[in-house]
Amino acid sequence: MNLLGKLDWSAIPFDQPIIMGASAFMGLLIVSVLGWITLKRAWPYLWNEWLTSVDHKRIGVMYIILGLVMLLRGFSDAIMMRAQQAVAAGAAAGYLPPEHFDQIFSAHGTIMIFFVAMPLVIGLMNYLLPLQLGVRDVAFPTLNSVSFWLTASGVLLTNVSLVVGEFSKAGWVAYPPLSELQFSPGVGVDYYLWSLQISGIGTLLTGINFVTTILKMRAPGMSLMRMPVFCWTALASNLLIVATFPVLTATFAMLLLDRYLGFHFFSVDAGGNPMMYVNLFWVWGHPEVYILVLPAFGIYSEVSATFSGKPLFGYRSMVAATMAICVLSLLVWLHHFFTMGASANVNGFFGVMTMVIAVPTGVKIFNWLFTMYGGRVRFTVPVLWTIGFMVTFVLGGLTGVLMAVPPVDWQVHNSLFLIAHFHHVIIPGVVFAVFAGVTYWFPKAFGFTLDERWGRRAFWCWFIGFHVAFMPLYVLGLLGMTRRMQHYDNLAWQPWLLVAAAGAAIILAGVLCQAVQLIVSIRTREQRRDLTGDPWNGRTLEWSTASPPPAWNFAVLPQVAGKDAFWQRKLRAEPPAQKPEYRPIDLPKNSPVGFVTAFFAVVSGFSLIWHIWWLAGVGVLGAFVATLFFAFRDKDEIEIPTEQLVRFDRAHPAGVAL
Amino acid sequence: MNIAAEIRDVAPETLTEVRPTATEAGPAPKRVVVGYGFWIFLLSDIVMFAALFAAYAVLVRATAGGPAGPQLFNQVSVAIETACLLASSYTCGLMSLAVNSRRRGAFYLAAVITFVLGAAFLAFEIREFADMIARGATPQSSAFLSAFFTLVGCHGLHVTGGLVWLLVMMAQVAVKGLRPVVERRLLCFSLFWHALDIVWVALFTVVYLMGVRP
Repeated sequence: MNLLGKLDWSAIPFDQPIIMGASAFMGLLIVSVLGWITLKRAWPYLWNEWLTSVDHKRIGVMYIILGLVMLLRGFSDAIMMRAQQAVAAGAAAGYLPPEHFDQIFSAHGTIMIFFVAMPLVIGLMNYLLPLQLGVRDVAFPTLNSVSFWLTASGVLLTNVSLVVGEFSKAGWVAYPPLSELQFSPGVGVDYYLWSLQISGIGTLLTGINFVTTILKMRAPGMSLMRMPVFCWTALASNLLIVATFPVLTATFAMLLLDRYLGFHFFSVDAGGNPMMYVNLFWVWGHPEVYILVLPAFGIYSEVSATFSGKPLFGYRSMVAATMAICVLSLLVWLHHFFTMGASANVNGFFGVMTMVIAVPTGVKIFNWLFTMYGGRVRFTVPVLWTIGFMVTFVLGGLTGVLMAVPPVDWQVHNSLFLIAHFHHVIIPGVVFAVFAGVTYWFPKAFGFTLDERWGRRAFWCWFIGFHVAFMPLYVLGLLGMTRRMQHYDNLAWQPWLLVAAAGAAIILAGVLCQAVQLIVSIRTREQRRDLTGDPWNGRTLEWSTASPPPAWNFAVLPQVAGKDAFWQRKLRAEPPAQKPEYRPIDLPKNSPVGFVTAFFAVVSGFSLIWHIWWLAGVGVLGAFVATLFFAFRDKDEIEIPTEQLVRFDRAHPAGVAL
Repeated sequence: MNIAAEIRDVAPETLTEVRPTATEAGPAPKRVVVGYGFWIFLLSDIVMFAALFAAYAVLVRATAGGPAGPQLFNQVSVAIETACLLASSYTCGLMSLAVNSRRRGAFYLAAVITFVLGAAFLAFEIREFADMIARGATPQSSAFLSAFFTLVGCHGLHVTGGLVWLLVMMAQVAVKGLRPVVERRLLCFSLFWHALDIVWVALFTVVYLMGVRP
């Protein structure tokens, strides 16, 4: 018996210069970062303050860093695809062989959805929910750390596939029968499945954690209808996580059983049903869109209210629209495959439901517009992203309504029209929102604001680049170009693809502007310090504490008497919590359980991918023993004494900016 | 900024003290938070079972020329199996009562009986699986059998996990005593165990009762 399963030297693609180059670059980067940490003797700090931290703020920041790093990876994939399609016309073959191109588009989709959008959105929710709700942490802080590290495990496995073996060539949706062992005998699909299973468990635990936090852990006086809208959208998003991620887990488990044990869920023989996979996948997949976009809507709501100096227009209708979308999003999945061949009535039902879901979304757009209307709008970078989003998203939504008409969908199904549509909603809907949110809350997290000038440049590059890159794809879709083409013969398509490639280059300039913005902001941080804790004249409770907030967030839990709790306190010109009654606070102790469990999860995942059965057993056992060990730990909280609280509050008088 | 105009927008009741309702009472106590969170987890678990149920319902007739439910299921064995699981839920309830009244001896007794009944359930299930495989009805032979083994096996795995958890909890009570953190974990365990019962009732109905309908 082979102790290393299917793993041997042939797994490393030495003959592929592009892959080896990218791997060498990544390896060099990792080694230099690790070397720098060692040189600075920062390991104890990193381990004690970050890697084992159960503080929702630290975990949130780590999620966002993870998401931004993976954004670079996913974006490199996008650039490579655009470059390939710009040249591979007619006689030219391009520079990417088909097997590599297939891996790139599969990795691009998988990474962008699961390892960019999800960590960024979950990171922002992590950072903000307890602060906005006026409490000290999420419901289950240690579980939160486990969630993060499981997500990171999935990321790690996906990146390992670049060097060891291959990634899936079956698209980010991995439809069978293509993804079955018979047609994808390599380890690519297994990398895909195990990364997503492991990170999916992390996401599910996050969902459970946040739903409990929002429904059971709010500051005194904060009834549901007094929560900031971001908390409402986060609630809807996490309810959807709880309701749909288990379906994804079950679906992938069935595909894994097919691949590993020869079951017949989705096979073409012995009664298997591939279309069942497609249905189950999109039962998760469509709500996933709203898991990402609802918190983004929350960010836009906070930004537009704060920078217009007005309460959000139509708070109740915003809440109702959010919860309506939450329910309706579960009833539209079939529009991803009208061509399946369901009856006209079935397609008709899902078409109508898809159009109906545009209604609450439209309500939201009007709410933001009326929030700005009559307000004294400050055109800061977050507002630019917000306005850019509204202009772009409405159009992207309209092409979605077009495709909700089944006969139209039959024409453009799987064409570049579809690719243009979903990038047209997800980039302004989620990516712009995350940028707006990061710019808006950055001073809260780090105590200084980001540079405006480079922020504006980044916005305009992204905004213009987005349109140049994706509008041609609508045309190409109508011209009949299907998605995922490594090569094409129709030379009439090439000019449009060249324009799209130019658009990707403009977006790249935007990404570079963001990198410069970060560097410039860090170097000039002393001039841009936020000493009040409230740099934007904010409305919600996160601005009522210091920037960055202490580990305990609030020395005394705030008393809430209405919506926009901090704004009301400012209106009444109250000194913040007059004569607070300090009491010692119990904080959960940092715990390596997340890191250790995730380590074993990576070991198990990797060995399952390569059929190293004994090591997989070791990994599972290790994770179990580690959890058991921490379950028997006696002391899991530390007490912050009153003096420390008083000392911190004296040093950081939360100013009321009137 | 025009503060005077804004103040008038504030609803009058927000300026005076009102008695907090349940939703305004501040963060819930830890026991409530833990129980609530675990309920949400159970719901997600039930959603996962729902996906497996759906797959089973789609594939139940896809026997690919192989045996179907009526040829395979042994009603007597399944009835005893079910009785074991339902009885274990009852003893699990007794266990919770023992914890609440702090009787350690009664707790151990109820826990051991729960464990034995759960293990008996599992033994019946393994025997059923082994028997089917010996007769050639393996999960690889048809989509129906794939779905059957996965759905029932997933429940079986949950029961196995529950048994391990119960052993750990008996050790925790022995080592740490009935302190609040242990009590909260016991609360979660009993929720879990009862939820497995609920899933089994659905499974028994859909797989074994409806399955033998001609």
